[in-house]
Amino acid sequence: MQKITRDQLIEKAASLLGNGTVSCVLGWEKGEFDYDVTPALFETESELREKFVFGDFCGANLSKYLVSKTRKCEGRILVFLKPCDTYSFNQLLTEHRFDREKAYVVGIPCEGMADIERVKELCGDGISSVTADGDELVVTTLYDDEPVRVKAESVLAERCVNCKSKKHVAYDELIGEDGEVLSSARFDEVARLEAMTPDERFAFWQNELSKCIRCNACRNVCPACTCERCVFDNPSSGVENKAAANSFEEKMFHIIRAFHVAGRCTDCGECSRVCPQNIPLHLLNRKFIKDIDDFYGEYQAGAEVGSRAPLVNYTFDDLEPGEVFERGGQDA
Amino acid sequence: MQVKEYKPLIVAFCCNWCSYAGADLAGNNRLSYPADVKIIRVPCSCRVNPMFVLRAFQRGADGVIICGCHPGDCHYTSGNYYTRRRMALLFSMLDYLGIERDRTRLEWVSAAEGAKFAATMNDFVEKVTALGENKRLEDLRCKK
Repeated sequence: MQKITRDQLIEKAASLLGNGTVSCVLGWEKGEFDYDVTPALFETESELREKFVFGDFCGANLSKYLVSKTRKCEGRILVFLKPCDTYSFNQLLTEHRFDREKAYVVGIPCEGMADIERVKELCGDGISSVTADGDELVVTTLYDDEPVRVKAESVLAERCVNCKSKKHVAYDELIGEDGEVLSSARFDEVARLEAMTPDERFAFWQNELSKCIRCNACRNVCPACTCERCVFDNPSSGVENKAAANSFEEKMFHIIRAFHVAGRCTDCGECSRVCPQNIPLHLLNRKFIKDIDDFYGEYQAGAEVGSRAPLVNYTFDDLEPGEVFERGGQDA
Repeated sequence: MQVKEYKPLIVAFCCNWCSYAGADLAGNNRLSYPADVKIIRVPCSCRVNPMFVLRAFQRGADGVIICGCHPGDCHYTSGNYYTRRRMALLFSMLDYLGIERDRTRLEWVSAAEGAKFAATMNDFVEKVTALGENKRLEDLRCKK
C-alpha cells in the first residue's frame, strides 16, 4: 500500500500545469486491467483526472521516457519518480540523453510495488480487479465469488523486497519524506549461483534462457539501453530474432545485453519486471554489478551525475582476468 | 574404424603492435606451436568487442585467446587497460553461465617474446584439447 494517494499527485500536477511551470505530465494510466499500468503523457488537468492512476502496480520507471518526450514536448515535463527511478534519471543525465532543464522531477516515496505474478501465485489466474485496502490487496477473480484478500507485503516484487534505496538522488520537489540508502541482500541469489558447480549453473541458465522468446522487451524498457540503433536490430548479426532450433542466440543476446549496460545499470529491475517469460534477468545485471564492486571498488551507477563508469575507466593495477578465477568458485 | 583425432579450433586475437609481432618472432625463431591456432590481427587488444569472442564461439571455435601489449606498453597508451577490465568481466560472466574457464584467456605478449607466444599457445591448445569440443556455446546453424 502506498502512503501517498492518486489525488495528492493529481493536485500537485494540476497546480504545476496551472501556473505554467510545466506543459505536460509523465505519469501512469490504467491498462486493460488494474495491474497492467502503463506510462502515459498527460497534457491537461481533465485528462489527468480521468485517466491518471497511482498504486501498487505503478512499477514502471518513467525516466527513460524523458529521452523521447523531451524532444517532442515544448516546455518542461513533470515526471513522477520513485527513489530507484531517480538513479536511472541521473545515469541518463550523465550520458547527456536529455536536457535537465526540460524535466521537472517530483520525487514520490515508494513502499514497494506489487508483482502480479506473485498475486497470481496466491489467488490463481483470471484476475479481474485488484484494489488496495489498507495494507491489503483485494483481488477479485473470475472464478471466485468472494474477493480474496492478500497482504501487500507478501506480493512485493523481488526488486522491492531487496530494495537498495529509499533515498531520492535527484528531484526538484519532493512529496512526503525522503528515505535512506538501504543495505539489501540483493546479491545473495548471485552468490548462491556462484557457489554452484558449472554444470549446475549451465543447467540453470539453459533452463531460464531457453524460455526467452526474444520479444526484446527487456532491451526496450531498460533505461540504460537508449541507443537509437541497436546491434540486435542488425539482420546480419545472426541473433536479431529467435532461432528455431538453437540456444546460442539467446545466450549471446542476454550476455551482450547485460554487458552493454554493465557499469551503467542502476539495478532498477525493469528487465525482470517486463519479461513475459519471467526470466530472472536482473541476476545477469547483478553479476556484473557484484563483479565491478569486488574488482574495482563499490560503484552505484546514477548515485551522482557525472561519475565515470567503471568500464570507461581503469587503474594501473587492475585485476588480470586470470586472477579473477583464482579468487574462488568452482570450475568444471 | 579409425577414430579421427580431435583437433581444437583456437581463435587468437593478436594486437598488431606487440603480440602479432611476437607471433612473427616465434616463426622466425623456428619455435613451433599448433596449427590449430588461427590468428586474427587487430589494431589493439581493445578493438576486441565482447561480441567478437562470442561470435568466434558461435562459428565453432573451441577456445578464444586475446593477446595484447603488456600494461603500460600499449601503442595507444591505454587500450589494454580497458581490455583488461572488459575481459575480466566477460570471462567472469561466461563462467557464471557455466562455460568452462579454460576456453578463454587474456595474455600479454610483447614483440620480443616469441618464446612466450609459442609457450602460451602450446599451453592453451593443450588445455582446450583436454576440455574437448565446445558444446555449451555452439550454434547448430553454423555447423557444417
